[in-house]
Amino acid sequence: MIRPNHTYRGYSMSEVGNQTIPATAKVVIIGAGIVGNCLVGHLARLGWTDMVMIDKGPLPNPGGSTGHASNFIFPTDHNKEMAFLTIDSQNQYIDAGLNNTCGGIEVAREPQRMEEFKRRMTSAKAWGIDARLVTPAEIKEMVPFINEDILLGGYYTPSVSVVDSLATGTKMREEAVAAGALQVFANTEVQGLETIDTPGGPQISAVLTDRGRIEAEHVVIACGVWSPRIARMAGANIPLTPAVHQMADVGPIDILQESNKELAYPIIRDMDTFCYERQSSGSMEVGSYAHRPILMRPDDIPSNSASALTPTELPLTYDDFDPQMEQAIELMEMLGDAEIRYAINGLLSLTPDANPVLGETVEVRNLWSAAAVWIKEGPGIAQLVAEWMTYGYPHMCDPHGSDISRFYPHEKTEWHINARCNEHFNKTYGIVHPREQWASQRGIRRSPFYAREEALGAVFFDARGWERPQWFESNAKLMEKYPEATKARTHEWDARWWSPITNAEHLQMRASVGMVDLTAFNEFDFEGPGALGFLQYMTVNSVDVAVGRSVYTPLLTPHGGFRGDLTIQRLGTDHFRVITGAFDGGRDNYWFRKYMPTDGSVTFTDRSQGLCTVGVWGPNAAATMAKIVTDSTTAAYDLSLTGFPYGAVRDVLIDGVPATMFRISYVGENGWEIYTQMEHGLKVWDAIMSAGEPFEIIPVGIGVYAVTGRIEKGYRLMGAELESEYNPVEAGINRPKVKSADFLGKAAYLAAREESPAAIMCTLSMDSQRCADGYDRFPTGGNEPILTLAGDRILDAKGRVSRVTTAGAGPSVGKYLLLAYLPPEHAVEGTKLQMMYMNENYPVTVERAGATPLFDPTDARMKS
Amino acid sequence: MRVLVCVKRVPAPGAKINITADGLAIDTAYLAFTTSPHEECAVEEAVRLVEQHGGEATVLTLGPAEADEQLRYAASLGVAKAVLLPIVGADWDPQRTAAAIATAIAELESADGPFDIILFGNESADSGGFQVGVRVARSLGRPIVNGIKGIEVVGDGTVRARRESEVGLEVYALPTPVVLGVKEGINLPRYPTLKGRLGSKKIEVGQIVPDVAAGGQRMVTLLPAAEQVGATTILGHGPDAAAAVVDLLEELGVL
Amino acid sequence: MSILVVVEHDRGTVAPATFEALTAARSLGEPVHAITLGASADGLVDQLAAHGAAVVVQAHHDLLADYGPEAWGDTVAQYVGHTSPSAVIATGTDRGNEVLAHVGAILDLPFVANCLSFDTAGAFDTAGAADPWQITRVRWGGSLLEQCELSATTKLVTMTHHAVEATESPGIASTESFAPSLEPWHGRSVVVDRVERAAGVTLATAPVVVGGGRGVGSPEAFAPLEDLASLLGGVVGCSRAVTNNGWRNHTDQVGQTGTRIAPDIYLACGISGAIQHWVGAMASKKILAINTDPEANMVAKADYAVIGDLHQVVPAIAAEIRRRRNA
Repeated sequence: MIRPNHTYRGYSMSEVGNQTIPATAKVVIIGAGIVGNCLVGHLARLGWTDMVMIDKGPLPNPGGSTGHASNFIFPTDHNKEMAFLTIDSQNQYIDAGLNNTCGGIEVAREPQRMEEFKRRMTSAKAWGIDARLVTPAEIKEMVPFINEDILLGGYYTPSVSVVDSLATGTKMREEAVAAGALQVFANTEVQGLETIDTPGGPQISAVLTDRGRIEAEHVVIACGVWSPRIARMAGANIPLTPAVHQMADVGPIDILQESNKELAYPIIRDMDTFCYERQSSGSMEVGSYAHRPILMRPDDIPSNSASALTPTELPLTYDDFDPQMEQAIELMEMLGDAEIRYAINGLLSLTPDANPVLGETVEVRNLWSAAAVWIKEGPGIAQLVAEWMTYGYPHMCDPHGSDISRFYPHEKTEWHINARCNEHFNKTYGIVHPREQWASQRGIRRSPFYAREEALGAVFFDARGWERPQWFESNAKLMEKYPEATKARTHEWDARWWSPITNAEHLQMRASVGMVDLTAFNEFDFEGPGALGFLQYMTVNSVDVAVGRSVYTPLLTPHGGFRGDLTIQRLGTDHFRVITGAFDGGRDNYWFRKYMPTDGSVTFTDRSQGLCTVGVWGPNAAATMAKIVTDSTTAAYDLSLTGFPYGAVRDVLIDGVPATMFRISYVGENGWEIYTQMEHGLKVWDAIMSAGEPFEIIPVGIGVYAVTGRIEKGYRLMGAELESEYNPVEAGINRPKVKSADFLGKAAYLAAREESPAAIMCTLSMDSQRCADGYDRFPTGGNEPILTLAGDRILDAKGRVSRVTTAGAGPSVGKYLLLAYLPPEHAVEGTKLQMMYMNENYPVTVERAGATPLFDPTDARMKS
Repeated sequence: MRVLVCVKRVPAPGAKINITADGLAIDTAYLAFTTSPHEECAVEEAVRLVEQHGGEATVLTLGPAEADEQLRYAASLGVAKAVLLPIVGADWDPQRTAAAIATAIAELESADGPFDIILFGNESADSGGFQVGVRVARSLGRPIVNGIKGIEVVGDGTVRARRESEVGLEVYALPTPVVLGVKEGINLPRYPTLKGRLGSKKIEVGQIVPDVAAGGQRMVTLLPAAEQVGATTILGHGPDAAAAVVDLLEELGVL
Repeated sequence: MSILVVVEHDRGTVAPATFEALTAARSLGEPVHAITLGASADGLVDQLAAHGAAVVVQAHHDLLADYGPEAWGDTVAQYVGHTSPSAVIATGTDRGNEVLAHVGAILDLPFVANCLSFDTAGAFDTAGAADPWQITRVRWGGSLLEQCELSATTKLVTMTHHAVEATESPGIASTESFAPSLEPWHGRSVVVDRVERAAGVTLATAPVVVGGGRGVGSPEAFAPLEDLASLLGGVVGCSRAVTNNGWRNHTDQVGQTGTRIAPDIYLACGISGAIQHWVGAMASKKILAINTDPEANMVAKADYAVIGDLHQVVPAIAAEIRRRRNA
């Protein structure tokens, strides 16, 4: 037997270099992609020092999604938060000198895409983006190699650019290093995260790496597609999935080579085939969102060393890409003879709702997520997270759409993530209606009334897993009763995910009585000797009310913007119940727990799973309830406004079943929210339904509750009118006095009260809904800009744009209503302005400036 | 001119190769597969030969059903016909592979006439057995030279083939039909065009199911290569390190 | 029983790898026969004896005047047929592998190329037995090892170059002449012409190689590397990425499918150290990596490294050499 007699120099990869990792740091940032790099830069600018950044890959391209990104920015987005962050990011790239403007054209092959372009023009107007619609001939002029014969037109944005995300990130990182604020360790793999138990729950304490252990006060996970794996090391959950985006670099192509430029031609987005073509010097990059969704698990991503290219550049699965090649050749014939030089299944991060996942994880204190971010919004989001970490909440814009705490537990399972990502992947370039409903993962949460509702022909909309009736087909017959208010909408877009039945339900409720399933509400109980003090600190309005009474109150961010709004019932001296909506329940749950005293003086119980809720409103609500409500004996209950005043909370029996009645309304009618245990729900529903029979009681959908009833009363909604960029004075819901107790955001709130508001929440009505084609349009309420009569968009003194936050019919006032913030000079009742919808301007009038409702301005129907 | 090119489907690994738990294969879960580099050049050479001299190129592989991908890749570059010798499970040993290919070639030739030139890669990127082409040529009774970096068809049934050695070029004058083992560097292979790719989906891949006995070499297990030990001495940063580098070169006696 | 070593030579110049094959053969404890092909190799007896060959078999035939794989293969196969050695060991080089492939094909014997080591335990306990050998061989150009079992009456193996260090074992060899029976057709694959490379160092033999990778950036940017290489009496090499980009000829490619180099020092400039390249460079005695990324694979595996931009570092080294020479 023989053996080699010298060391055989076989291949091995030394993973560990020579740098020594520090034992402690103020903050450890994991991930040196666009987000991590820009984050350390922004944190340094905000004064953070003693930072350590680690990445398992080499620099400057550690192998994540940033390294293979196509790097272009189309700034138009219908979503305000994402549009703001995208434009801000593009400006940061410009400041870095790494933004190459080439223009971009989204092209249409299908007629409905041309409609979408009108909508994009509207969003562009709102965000101040220069854009215009172009004809096929104009497209041909800009892009001579395109086949304009198959195009109907285009949406051209001159400011579309390609950025250098690696260089920008490197610059930001080096800025932090140069400031002495940061040490960087590449090729350093995270092996574990340590937490310590605190009275407030687990808190991050250290990062274990293959170079050693770093104790840290804060840890940020900016690991893109690997984020869930890293989070899991600490017991936290970052709900995203790696998914494939296919792209190929094809060339050389003569006309592109002859341009002698990196980018001589606008980027083409072939919207109806979900593909793009972007010049890259002498070749063309063709990318696709049209192929079948291909999802992976973070744990299955290969290591840097085992990857042929990088871990996120997997081999192209050609069969999935072939149809896109044919479509690309159809659009640009020259591509057919171009060679496929580089082709990948590139990994990017998808989340269940396609928004980023940002903020402190709900499971582990001081463990932050900055994940599921695209190149186009990376620097802006980095700044947003840096502000969040520094100030307790971002200043630059409201992050509620990206807030990691928005998710309910069922939304963070791999099952749910995959189902929703499989559903929305092909909508990346899709035309998504503002009211669009999910098809997957339905029926996750059902109220006890579900079977009755289904039998009544309920059309269910999803509210974070809850199935809520939007309207009831059983009420269709009412349309005959209210013909004027229930006319069909001519344009399919306006009528999509909508029914005229909603208006009939609205009028019938106002005429008699209706019942609304509100089981999606969250109920949080706070109990203990510290409960009052704690809640006083969290809320603007005093919760120190009599037992059995309630308070509506905003929650503020530290800098005085809206963080939440909700009602709080005082059920006992030391017992409070917070009622909040389905869409903000997760965020509110986190927010309260984050600030809860850790001395054991307050306990928190989430009662949401045990309670169901039905609202009963209308002129005959009291008469209906009077037939079935008793006290613990069989004695009839005093439901009069004197005996049971507005805002009061009472335990009663309904048809013998224990329930809690809360006299309040979000629709402007007399009535109650009625809470009972889930198991009693059906009995209560049936009792109310039969008691209301003589009054022709009807089930009423959320279309009334959330839109028509609410907008007539000018009630503000968190996430629409109420955002952290606005304060209670601007929203018009500040009270005459300020409570003496200190509370979160109080200083800013006091300051806001001293200055005149830069904008005021207004109710507007459309003077005419008639479009150029001669029929009425019904804006959906998706950030349509309010314009001056000259057609200019309106910015307030703080630079915020006036835009529609909610739109909807006001059947009782006979007008189509809009809510919008306006600067004081326009926030004057009777002022004539315009609003843009689908690229057409419509005349509007300011009906109300401030909180006074258009319908029943004195609230007589509710309170007298 | 009828040209046959024989290729092998191999993984395209990164900087490190991981072995599966059973030690019998490399972990290819997220690796691309490719044609062995020498054979990529052989395919290119086959396409160039028929571009220059007319005729038709055929590609053949013995491998799993997935090797269809490599056949179609060759087709996307201009090869007209493709033949798969499907096997199931682990790679076949070189003797068995060669026997199967030789049998298949005989079958193809009895149907359509002999191939003037049969090209192999010098050796496969993965197993590197250095023998399949030679065994096939011997079995067919045809001349073969390996290590070929230049092919010239001179006309009178002779092919002049160039091979590099340490002292220069060796030239062979071989009568057709001939078998050649090609090395990377003979040409710079083209990439497929989009049209080529789309066209390659339409070709029919013939199948010849091989049935031959195993040879005398049996793989037992795969092992990682020995680890290199020792730290890197950093001589310095940037141009300032030049003096230290030259000191080192002096010390090593290479100046 | 004996072990037969095929002597690789080019018109009488022996390939050094032959001595590695002899060293490996010696360790098997059986008489080592070395076969030389062609009269041009008759003068190699002493060198072969010095490395442990007990018998030098000199095969003579007109068709063995120059290298021809078919003629060489049949000659060795015929000698194996006459003597039934327990193993034939050849060099793991282009020629060695090619000749043994022919021998294997002719005799229908398995052949294992590029062995690193073999375990013959038990194989020689009984005369004529054909117990299998356990062999460790290289795959992927050396980045992965394979253990395999070789079952054959005569084992055909080649030794990976550099796997065994050649050592001498002075002795005196007897010579034996062998006249193969070759047909005219064996001449069809004999070298007919040669183009001698101009005198000078080659990539494979250069004492210094200056290698450039994708990081060099363009064909023109190789000029400083050329300058430094010529100052050091070396040559320029490159990675496969460079060749694939068309920046340099394939003859400059260091790697699994390019040239294996073994210089005294390899200066790897802007080379990340992918597997393809590394297996071609790993026989270098010393490696100096110049790279902006201190964590690049090449830096981690090198003996020495300069962290910096090759475009600045390489000219600075050349300037320093000139400065010292002029001093």
